[in-house]
Amino acid sequence: MTGTGPDPAFLAVRGVTKRFGGLIAVNDATLNVAEGSITGLIGPNGAGKTTLFAVIAGFEKPTAGLVLLEGEDITGRRPHELARMGLARTFQIVQPFAGLTVRENIAVGAFLRETKRGAALAAAERVAERVGLADQLDKPAAALTVAGRKRLEVARALATRPKLLLLDEVLAGLNPSEIRDIVPVIRAIRDGGVTVLMIEHVMQAVMDLCEAVHVLAQGRIICSGSPAEVVAAPAVVEAYLGHGAAKRLQGAADA
Amino acid sequence: MRAILAFAAVVAVVPLLVSSNVALNFLVFTMIIALAAQGWNLLGGYGGQYSFGHAAFFGTGAYLTAILQVRFGLNSYPAFAAGIALAALVGLAIGSLAFRSGLKGSYFALVTLAFAEVFRVLANAAQVTGGAAGILIRLQQDPANFQFAERGTFLWVAGTMVTLALMATLALERSRLGAQLVAVRENEAAAQALGVDVLAVKLRTITLSAAMTGAAGGLYAQYFLYLDANIAYGTWISVEALLAPIVGGAGTVFGPVLGAVLLHAIAEATRMIAGRIPGIDLVAFGIVLILVVRFPPRDIPGLLRRWRR
Repeated sequence: MTGTGPDPAFLAVRGVTKRFGGLIAVNDATLNVAEGSITGLIGPNGAGKTTLFAVIAGFEKPTAGLVLLEGEDITGRRPHELARMGLARTFQIVQPFAGLTVRENIAVGAFLRETKRGAALAAAERVAERVGLADQLDKPAAALTVAGRKRLEVARALATRPKLLLLDEVLAGLNPSEIRDIVPVIRAIRDGGVTVLMIEHVMQAVMDLCEAVHVLAQGRIICSGSPAEVVAAPAVVEAYLGHGAAKRLQGAADA
Repeated sequence: MRAILAFAAVVAVVPLLVSSNVALNFLVFTMIIALAAQGWNLLGGYGGQYSFGHAAFFGTGAYLTAILQVRFGLNSYPAFAAGIALAALVGLAIGSLAFRSGLKGSYFALVTLAFAEVFRVLANAAQVTGGAAGILIRLQQDPANFQFAERGTFLWVAGTMVTLALMATLALERSRLGAQLVAVRENEAAAQALGVDVLAVKLRTITLSAAMTGAAGGLYAQYFLYLDANIAYGTWISVEALLAPIVGGAGTVFGPVLGAVLLHAIAEATRMIAGRIPGIDLVAFGIVLILVVRFPPRDIPGLLRRWRR
């Protein structure tokens, strides 16, 4: 699919390219995210996933291509404008406001829709409840565990009341039981009416959560489909394990 | 809020109890510094944008207050108000140039310092400011002229201004702008992602900050009735404005007042005890600063908390 005509997709990335000098981080990437879905974005390290997120969320201007949210061209808009339009992101490397409490951290997000401090703090508490931070509201953000900080990233983003939530590796660095705890949180967010696009390396969670998956390798989208289709696709196996790996694995399986 | 009212009550009572001109002079001067420092605190303490050039705002407030009276025969009160307004405008202008070009940290500090120095050189050369000879506001001790026969009355005025500044700071702290400002200080990228318009927040804050420090300049002009470029735009006031909050607690409502009172009390005390040694008050100043910077959390309230433990 090419062209800039009306697009049924909730979020549509059309031919996005991002160069940093001689390096092409994202190369002509095109993908759709359906409204109300949890869509995964996977790929080997250095594939350009985070750069693509940065382009979608307005932190980087694409060298070429378009980003459309509900059919509206949002390419190159600044992050705070996009947040106002209902697009929120988390950071792979967590960025808490370290000097503030958990409650104050989340309230910064809530202040996007609330003008009064009381209302923002109350909204922060409700969001903390949803992500399981309710008992840590008065802790300084710097005192949270890694898992707690990941939850805080999600909570702050949720507090802006987004339509579309971009999650950048919220499960990375968590142990299996922590992952088990947070997976239902993500599902509940979607069930609450928020469309989710997530970068993730934890494949078990991707298989559990996502309805659709896009695979990015060396800046290109090499495969899109259901999780089961994608993990079976030879191109994906080769992107992770090297050229010819799919054939060898197939051969080993047949033998 | 209760602490602010207590502060106001103390300021209201002091002139009734203290009659020494030296003591009142000291207190008025400290209040003026506290006001200038509170201005710095909004931008530097809450916003994390460390200005080294708040003299630019102090001097603009002071000079316009004086010039409108002396050269244009305006009454002191509208002149004072105009001084605050122009200082705010200068703040907005410097902020637009510095923040739009994305200057942060030491680069922002250097640019503000450069602006203050340019103003100082210009004021020293210009006709309207009285050049190197300075500008003298005619002595007409009448409340209608914002001049008072009693120093105690002026302490009331200065104390009221500081009280208003404290209330404004508390209001900011509890507002959306305040929350967004602290978010910008803590992490700009994260703030942006949460819908904070970082540039707008910085510009609004530097405007408020400059107005407050400009008000301190106007008060200074009305109290001492004399200005020259080295007073109005001198580095001394930029340093005073940032030192008091850093020592007293940057990004807190009472930090600047606490810091200003403490620093000047220590300086005054050492001068009284060892007055024959020149510069001894500055040595004391320096020792306090070293202590504060050496032992985090780097301010006096933090130190007290440590010692209590």
